[in-house]
Amino acid sequence: METVNQVIKGVPLNHYILLSAIIFSIGVVGVLIRRNAIVIFMSVELMLNAVNLLLTAFSVYHNDASGQVFVFFIMALAAAEVAVGLAIIVMIYRNTNSTDVNVLNKLKW
Amino acid sequence: MSISLFYFIAFLSIFFSLLVIFSKNPVHSVLYLIITFFTFTIHYILLNAQFLAIVNFIVYMGAIMVLFLFVLMLLNLNKESEPAKSNLLKIAGVVAGMCLLVTLVGSMKVLDTSNPVVLQNQNLGLVKNLGKVLFSEFLLPFEVSSILLLSAMVGAVLLAKKEPKLYK
Amino acid sequence: MIKLVYLIPLFPMLGFLINGLGRNVLPKSVVGFIGSLTVLLSFILSLTIFFELNASQTKSFIVPLFDWISAGNLTIPFSFLLDPLSSLMLLIITGIGFLIHVYSTGYMHNDAGFAKFFSYLNLFIFFMLLLVLGSNYVIMFIGWEGVGLCSYLLIGFWFTNASYASAAKKAFVMNRIGDLGFLIAVFLIFTTFGSVEFAKIFPQAANMVSGDKILILITALLFVGAIGKSAQIPLFTWLPDAMAGPTPVSALIHAATMVTAGIYMISRSNILFTLAPQTLEVVSIIGLATAILGATIAVTQTDIKKVLAYSTVSQLGYMFLGLGVGAYTGAFFHVITHAFFKALLFLGAGSVIHAMSNEQDMRHMGGLKKKLPITFLTMMIGTVAIAGLPPFAGFFSKDEILAHVYEHNKILWIIGVIGAVFTSFYMFRMLFLTFSGTFRGTHEQEHHLHESPKSMTIPLIILAVLSAIGGFIGIPEVLGGKHWLAGFLSPVFGSSSSIMGESGLDHTTEFILMGVSVAGALAALLFAYTRYVKNAHVPVGDQVKRNALAKISLNKYYVDEIYAALITRPLDALSRFFFKVVDKAGIDGIVNGLGSGANEASKGFRLLQAGNVGFYLFMMVAGIIALLVYGFYKF
Repeated sequence: METVNQVIKGVPLNHYILLSAIIFSIGVVGVLIRRNAIVIFMSVELMLNAVNLLLTAFSVYHNDASGQVFVFFIMALAAAEVAVGLAIIVMIYRNTNSTDVNVLNKLKW
Repeated sequence: MSISLFYFIAFLSIFFSLLVIFSKNPVHSVLYLIITFFTFTIHYILLNAQFLAIVNFIVYMGAIMVLFLFVLMLLNLNKESEPAKSNLLKIAGVVAGMCLLVTLVGSMKVLDTSNPVVLQNQNLGLVKNLGKVLFSEFLLPFEVSSILLLSAMVGAVLLAKKEPKLYK
Repeated sequence: MIKLVYLIPLFPMLGFLINGLGRNVLPKSVVGFIGSLTVLLSFILSLTIFFELNASQTKSFIVPLFDWISAGNLTIPFSFLLDPLSSLMLLIITGIGFLIHVYSTGYMHNDAGFAKFFSYLNLFIFFMLLLVLGSNYVIMFIGWEGVGLCSYLLIGFWFTNASYASAAKKAFVMNRIGDLGFLIAVFLIFTTFGSVEFAKIFPQAANMVSGDKILILITALLFVGAIGKSAQIPLFTWLPDAMAGPTPVSALIHAATMVTAGIYMISRSNILFTLAPQTLEVVSIIGLATAILGATIAVTQTDIKKVLAYSTVSQLGYMFLGLGVGAYTGAFFHVITHAFFKALLFLGAGSVIHAMSNEQDMRHMGGLKKKLPITFLTMMIGTVAIAGLPPFAGFFSKDEILAHVYEHNKILWIIGVIGAVFTSFYMFRMLFLTFSGTFRGTHEQEHHLHESPKSMTIPLIILAVLSAIGGFIGIPEVLGGKHWLAGFLSPVFGSSSSIMGESGLDHTTEFILMGVSVAGALAALLFAYTRYVKNAHVPVGDQVKRNALAKISLNKYYVDEIYAALITRPLDALSRFFFKVVDKAGIDGIVNGLGSGANEASKGFRLLQAGNVGFYLFMMVAGIIALLVYGFYKF
């Protein structure tokens, strides 16, 4: 553990923020450019993880365990979300025989 | 081990997450996503957040990814069946994402915090410490989250099962 | 019994409710019976209370019913004030009201709105009683507004006729102008005296200096209210038009009771007016001007009801003249006698109109004295009474006013006597044109001529008796009387007369004054007799050329035209401007513009709701970026 501690000693907080921002943006881009509902879902997971990482980094930076507890809650939430979301996708697939979000354009004026 | 380990892992995270969104085959996407999550696990370890590292490993890489793969296989989507979006939309999406990145980075500059992350308490991310916080300060949210999980489970079962024949 | 005073207005209210709610169910006989009975009950009660009050030592009773408004330092109890003034008004209202109700059962018998008419009449009696019984200005104001409403409803009773409906509107609007003055006066009274109760205001006011600015303002505004309600210059034009209503209405509301509300109100507030001599001066001048104006217009009118209407305006002017010179008792005396003879005259005119199958033009009448003997006799008594010939009622009251005027200002007296001469002339002119000579109407009308039924003639007879002897309640000392009325009313006007000082005319002067006015009235009678009976002169048609004075009088001094040119038409133009430009183009334009703008914008924007999830996400991200940029680069 000592060594691990030494490794991160030099990393500035900004770089964690930068990393998280990049991954979050990649998630956003994924959501925007893909049409497969499952891939969009995975992009959302990417975004969630980016936030998780940032929360953990801040938790360590401020020496406050609450941040990590929060990450734990987010993970629980993500698990629930994935379960329901995938169930919805399965239903959509059953009804439309596709997971293309552009097929779901009935809800409009 | 040197400080460059963080940057190497960070590079891997970005690289694989890019592969996730750009690979044509959804199954490949899932696999790349697993690798991305694994790099995240390493990040947690580097931050000495051992509990989170384990949970991330089990919940994300294990349970959630299995769910994704399972659904993909179930729906038989493991081919490049996805019709491509128009290039214009793709470019627009990328531009929007880059804008977001620029904004986020810009806001980080405004924040102007560049002190190194130093672990002051060795025990911060350990199960014992987190457990104490979780079961004292966050007891109620913890219990509520159990209800959330229960309802998610019920909902998922209800949604995914065959339509009941109401008008038999 | 005095505790039961609240029953007096309650009975007519009950009658209103029964007749109003059961108007489609109850037969006419029941409606008429209920309508008259409720007023009769009130009259009996008023009479008992009157005698009780007359016998009692204390002359002023306040009967509280409940606390009506209580907010901060404003307390308005719903209570009734019973004193000589209000008890006399009660007698007039319920007594004459009852007679007119009875008369109406005959007069309105063939009208489809019989029950409606009686319910309105009962409602009117209720509000009028509220007006005179209220122990503060707010209750009085309720009655004031209520009688205005009933007046409106009854003038426009035959509202299907457009000109009748607009006459009703005219009356209502003109009354509103006065009401505004009254209302502001009440506000001022509250801010000045901290109360609207008569019993609290008047003792305070009695200690104030004569000619106090705030008192002058209050009394001027109160007088504006009285001008509107009692049809004085410049708001008198509604009263002649109000003759559009059924004749019993004209008799009850527009001659005997409602139009005297202004006089009642000023008599009630006499102490305020006494301490504002400047206002009193204005009151007397306006009263006299109205008296002369009404009298000169009445001289050339050919519509029998119009003559009486202008006569009412003129007589009201005399009452205000009396108030203006401080002859409160005299003015109120004239209210009483005028109520008798003017109600009589209107009812008589109604009887004539009834007999003539709704013909009101005197040029088509004549020679009716044989066919309608009772109507003729009673109307003659009424005419003699209003002309001021002794010993009929009008003589005593009018002479009392004129004597006070003489004492106050001799020029006013001369003008007043001239007005009285005019009064005598036009009244006898009306009488002779209607009843003497030969019949000038159509054959069909002549065939239908008949004396009115008992229900109409009996009230006429009672009123004729009252007109004949009504003056004896106030025989002046000079004629050997004790002037019972002055004694009875002295608790009400006591503080005013102590400020004013006692009248100081010697008996010789008073005799001369009486002689002059009686001689004038007799001369006018003779002139009218020679002109209309001996020479059988009949007024010519409206289109015939006549001399300038007659033309001005016939056209009512062009007052309506002047008002139309000065007020109505500019107001119409202004309203039209506001309607067309400000409202239609401006406000409506903005409102409709916003509406249609939103509509048009939605037509464009709804296309964005294409149902494309990708696009929604894109917009969402764009929104997030915008928020972030705003959050970090703005501050």
